[in-house]
Amino acid sequence: MSNYLLAIGTRKGLFIATSQDRKTWSIERAPLASDEVYAVGIDTRRGTPRLLASSFSNHWGPSVAHSDDLGKSWQEPEHAPVRYPEWTGSALKRVWQLQPGRDSEPEVVWVGAEPGALFRSDDGGVSFELVDGLWNHPQRAKWTPGGGGLCLHTVLAHPTDPQRMTVAVSTGGVYQTTDGGTSWAPSNRGIRADFRPGDEPEFGQCVHKVAMHPGAPDQLFAQNHGGVYRSDDGGRQWVSIADGLPSDFGFPMVAHPHRPGSVYVFPLAGDFDRRPTQERARVYRTEDAGASWQALSSGLPQEGFHPAVLRDAMCTDGGTPAGIYFGTRSGAVFVSADEGESWYELARYLPDVLSVRAAVLD
Amino acid sequence: MSQVTVRVPGALREFVGGERLVVVDVPAGELPSVAAVLDLLSGSHPAFERRIRDETGALREHVNVFVGSDNVRDLDRLSTVIPPGAELIVLPAISGG
Repeated sequence: MSNYLLAIGTRKGLFIATSQDRKTWSIERAPLASDEVYAVGIDTRRGTPRLLASSFSNHWGPSVAHSDDLGKSWQEPEHAPVRYPEWTGSALKRVWQLQPGRDSEPEVVWVGAEPGALFRSDDGGVSFELVDGLWNHPQRAKWTPGGGGLCLHTVLAHPTDPQRMTVAVSTGGVYQTTDGGTSWAPSNRGIRADFRPGDEPEFGQCVHKVAMHPGAPDQLFAQNHGGVYRSDDGGRQWVSIADGLPSDFGFPMVAHPHRPGSVYVFPLAGDFDRRPTQERARVYRTEDAGASWQALSSGLPQEGFHPAVLRDAMCTDGGTPAGIYFGTRSGAVFVSADEGESWYELARYLPDVLSVRAAVLD
Repeated sequence: MSQVTVRVPGALREFVGGERLVVVDVPAGELPSVAAVLDLLSGSHPAFERRIRDETGALREHVNVFVGSDNVRDLDRLSTVIPPGAELIVLPAISGG
């Protein structure tokens, strides 16, 4: 029998849901402060799974904690786990991404941080060091904050080549390294930037989320601030795959855990109407890399549904069949145990959901 | 050696072993500044201190530090000198939602 775990980061703390069948769940509030939890991570590479959570207190600032007992107790180091070096003149605002690294590097965990920076941990996510190469990129000074802040929200390590990695920043766009993080180059060719005049810029796009299937690492999918895209050459060129969607605006982009070419999005009406299209809760899935899309709405509210789904508030558990989860800004969490074909509400009345991550624990 | 007493807000007592007060030993001689006391706290109680200042040394926006009954933002900010016998009081500002 499998054990399923869903970590739900909200604007007022972290909640842990567990299930043995993905039909009935128990949900508990984690004993962390009532802070904003913008990022959660579940590191299943360890003998004992490690949960990671970023917290942000409007009073006391940001931190990162970890739990080795599935969320019952949490630890953080005395010294700041994510700290901008003095020479940067900057201070950590928020941690937006907690991403366990490659299987071949079991102690490596990545942090995407605000203001736009990448950090690396070599001790399983306890303490982190700035990746200087990206911070020193001359274009970084021209990145501008999106509505949520200048966040580095996507970290995709190439599954087999330790020299390659993709990150994305709002608003800076997609950047890639092929030398282990020493140098970085923008990878935004073909992605629109409707919010600025002139020709398509080399960088500065407001990419909201990028997804990759580890079995097809040269095929990337991006949900942009206006535009949904695919790259088949590792990010050198992007093409629109928005046809067939009710809107090309949204935040999440989630790759199916087992089938390359299958991804999930949650369209919103647009930049100036950030509500679900037609006031219906609908996840859209493609099985053919964006050539066509299917609305997945069985069991989801189909009238009067207004809340948005944020960029990290949708995920999969990696199970078979894949479980798909999303949380709303109205504090509801919806679950599909059959790859999106049918849904039910796992929780309501939580604080607004900022992040979700799920895993199958054997 | 002289001492400055720091009053810890309830929300941060878990980072100082549950204590309400932390006594900081400061070098004898010149009167210490608020920044000097926080520097000493960053060594003895880093998880407490980093919730008062960020890594650039700036006082967090929604934290207030008082010397006696005076907010250091109304004085010389973190350069404010702490007179003999005065307490340093850390309090959360009105903030949030």
